[in-house]
Amino acid sequence: MIVEGGHFAMILALALAIVQSVVPFWGARRNDLALMGVGVSAAVGQFAFVALAFAALAAAHMTSDFSVLNVAENSHSAMPMIYKFSGVWGNHEGSMLLWSLILATFGALVAVTGRALPARLRADALSVQGLIGAAFLAFILATSNPFERLVPSPFEGRDLNPILQDLGLAIHPPLLYLGYVGFSIVFSFAAAALIEGRIDAAWARFVRPFALIAWCFLTLGIAMGSYWAYYTLGWGGFWFWDPVENASLMPWLAGTAFLHSVAVMEKRDALKVWTIFLAILAFSFSLLGTFLVRSGVLTSVHAFASDPRRGVFILGILAFFIAGSLALFAWRAPMLKQGGLFAPISREGALVLNNLLLTTACASVFFGTLYPLALEQVTGAKITVGAPFFNMTCGVLLLTLTFLTPFGFSLAWKRGDLLGVAQRLAFALLAGLIVVVMLIAFVHGGPVLAPIAAGLAIFIMLGTLSEVFSRVRRGGAKLSALFSRARGLPLSFWGGAVAHFGVGVLLLGLAATGFGQEVIATLHVGSPLHVGPYEVALDSVNTRGGPNYQETVAHITVRENGALVTTIEPARRQFAARQMATTQAGIATLNLGQLYISIADPTPDGSIPARMYWKPLVTLIWLGAICMALGGAVSLTDRRLRFGAPSRARAGAAAMVAS
Amino acid sequence: MTRKGRRLAMIAAALCVVGAGAALALYALGDNIVFFYSPSELVAKNVAPGARLRIGGLVEPGSVNKTGDDKMDFSITDGGKDIKVSYQGQTPDLFREGQGVVAEGVLESSGQFHAETILAKHDERYMPREVVDSLKKQGRWQEGQK
Repeated sequence: MIVEGGHFAMILALALAIVQSVVPFWGARRNDLALMGVGVSAAVGQFAFVALAFAALAAAHMTSDFSVLNVAENSHSAMPMIYKFSGVWGNHEGSMLLWSLILATFGALVAVTGRALPARLRADALSVQGLIGAAFLAFILATSNPFERLVPSPFEGRDLNPILQDLGLAIHPPLLYLGYVGFSIVFSFAAAALIEGRIDAAWARFVRPFALIAWCFLTLGIAMGSYWAYYTLGWGGFWFWDPVENASLMPWLAGTAFLHSVAVMEKRDALKVWTIFLAILAFSFSLLGTFLVRSGVLTSVHAFASDPRRGVFILGILAFFIAGSLALFAWRAPMLKQGGLFAPISREGALVLNNLLLTTACASVFFGTLYPLALEQVTGAKITVGAPFFNMTCGVLLLTLTFLTPFGFSLAWKRGDLLGVAQRLAFALLAGLIVVVMLIAFVHGGPVLAPIAAGLAIFIMLGTLSEVFSRVRRGGAKLSALFSRARGLPLSFWGGAVAHFGVGVLLLGLAATGFGQEVIATLHVGSPLHVGPYEVALDSVNTRGGPNYQETVAHITVRENGALVTTIEPARRQFAARQMATTQAGIATLNLGQLYISIADPTPDGSIPARMYWKPLVTLIWLGAICMALGGAVSLTDRRLRFGAPSRARAGAAAMVAS
Repeated sequence: MTRKGRRLAMIAAALCVVGAGAALALYALGDNIVFFYSPSELVAKNVAPGARLRIGGLVEPGSVNKTGDDKMDFSITDGGKDIKVSYQGQTPDLFREGQGVVAEGVLESSGQFHAETILAKHDERYMPREVVDSLKKQGRWQEGQK
């Protein structure tokens, strides 16, 4: 009954989404406020019904109702409750429903918070948002109905893929989807601005918080996915340049570029056409990512059972929205009025360069990801474009960008003084250089790029700090005044500083991977091995039972100079329902680095083949990403960016003058 | 600077960055592409030894032979031809005889394939797509259906 209710709610949501896409648009053309108002209630209604549908599916999963095909295929009565719940989106149908739920949530958020916006702009944006919602709801209902019944119903489910039975599944997909789908709002507003043929700083002020929210979640989602892959796949890698990862990196790069260009538009009324283009690009890449992951074009853990009809349907959605928005862009963008002027050497000029580097990096990822697919279609040859390609292109471009970041961050708007900035950054530059030279001189082995990346990381961190310091101290303030001066700086400045610092932290973590150690050996009880600065000894091996698996656990102690540091318990889990094993890596975090051990099945004599890694400073990779997202969140709390409150910005006016 | 001059500076900067990106891509593409072959294609195309490539198929039942602590030999077959593979290191969780596998490494002049990485499928439903395709070419549709 609940399940049928969920199905029915989804059909109602689709109907409302269609109303939302047609009525407000028509109202905006006729200047009819009542018709435009329909968009608001339809968006809220669509959200309510999609939420109901999602709740119905969640209820079926949590009560292990195996008469529902989706539950029977992807759940098991013995699974812990948290996995029963996260298993809702651990399959194709459920994950698309989560996509739609988040899409509808953002739509409702715009409907509720957008009162201060021009009525026509809001109506058009809601209408585009409704169109996206309708397309995906239709996709679910037509090809991937999660509410399908199974007759006769089995006594037991087929279990969730053991790799997905992890806390990561509860966190990673929702975060990532909040990011992907958050850019839909930016896209809808870009389309609305193009339909109106008008765009101004108020548009930027309204859209920027949504872009920031999406960007923060996307950053966290990618970082979480990377950490999940790191601890679950058992070979200690955190980024494989796998097409599925690239699919999430592309909207991130485009979204990062958008955040920087929308700042220029908000402050200086320039780069309008380019900003609109990036808005379209960011969401187009989100859609492309969904297509790559969900259509079965690629095979990976992310591709659930594939069905050719789905691929064609998503390709249709993709083609419609990307081609449609680009056509709209080509037709209407020339009508947008150009704004403020600036010298090439200025904050704006630096942000243009930032955008060029980010979009070129994005293009290189796009090329490397799709070239093998295209080549196979055209010539039949099967190739893999591996990590070295992406490091050489995307990596080098992004490293160049990190070098330029502190300069851009310190330049003034309109016309900057590059020499003055270079003088202010001299200390940071020198410190970075010293780090590079020291690492090359004293540490041997490791890739060539590692010392350079480490130096760059130090440079961007110190460069950011020195800009913060010089802002706080400008005009030679007394020590007691520093604190109030620091509080007077706009929060968006602090947000930028924190995020840029996070880039440095992340880069330092990446650079440190060049100085780790990998030991592949067989562990015997009583014969310790050296891994990095630590001594690793196998104490015993035993088996124990979990809720729906049996595991073989190796008890390993870690010593440093004879003193006990910690114990690590890597394991192999055997899942009965699917006859599958997973590797649970044992990880100990020591001084921001990690000792990482993953084991294979024990040999008959009780010894265990293992891969052991010492990864110095590796946690900085994810801490850096969290720091970046934190910067975005700080930026978000800036008064100027409160939803649709341009008039209340007066309070922050003094701060704005200071910046 | 005039408006025109500024625009020219912007366009020049854009061309520089995009040009640098394209140059990097072309340079990187030269050495970093890895071709995929099935054992039959490997024989038919007379692939020269020394090149880095991926081969895929099924692990031939009965062929896995442990030669040391973490060393092993096995054969990859697509039903038509098969090729001997040597590998040192840990195998993935689902590496089994009769299962789909993709190995990346170097073809030695002896005709044996020296694998550096082995990828096996992640769960019982998933088979590397390249493997499914090459099996189909050999007239074996059944394995790919799973």
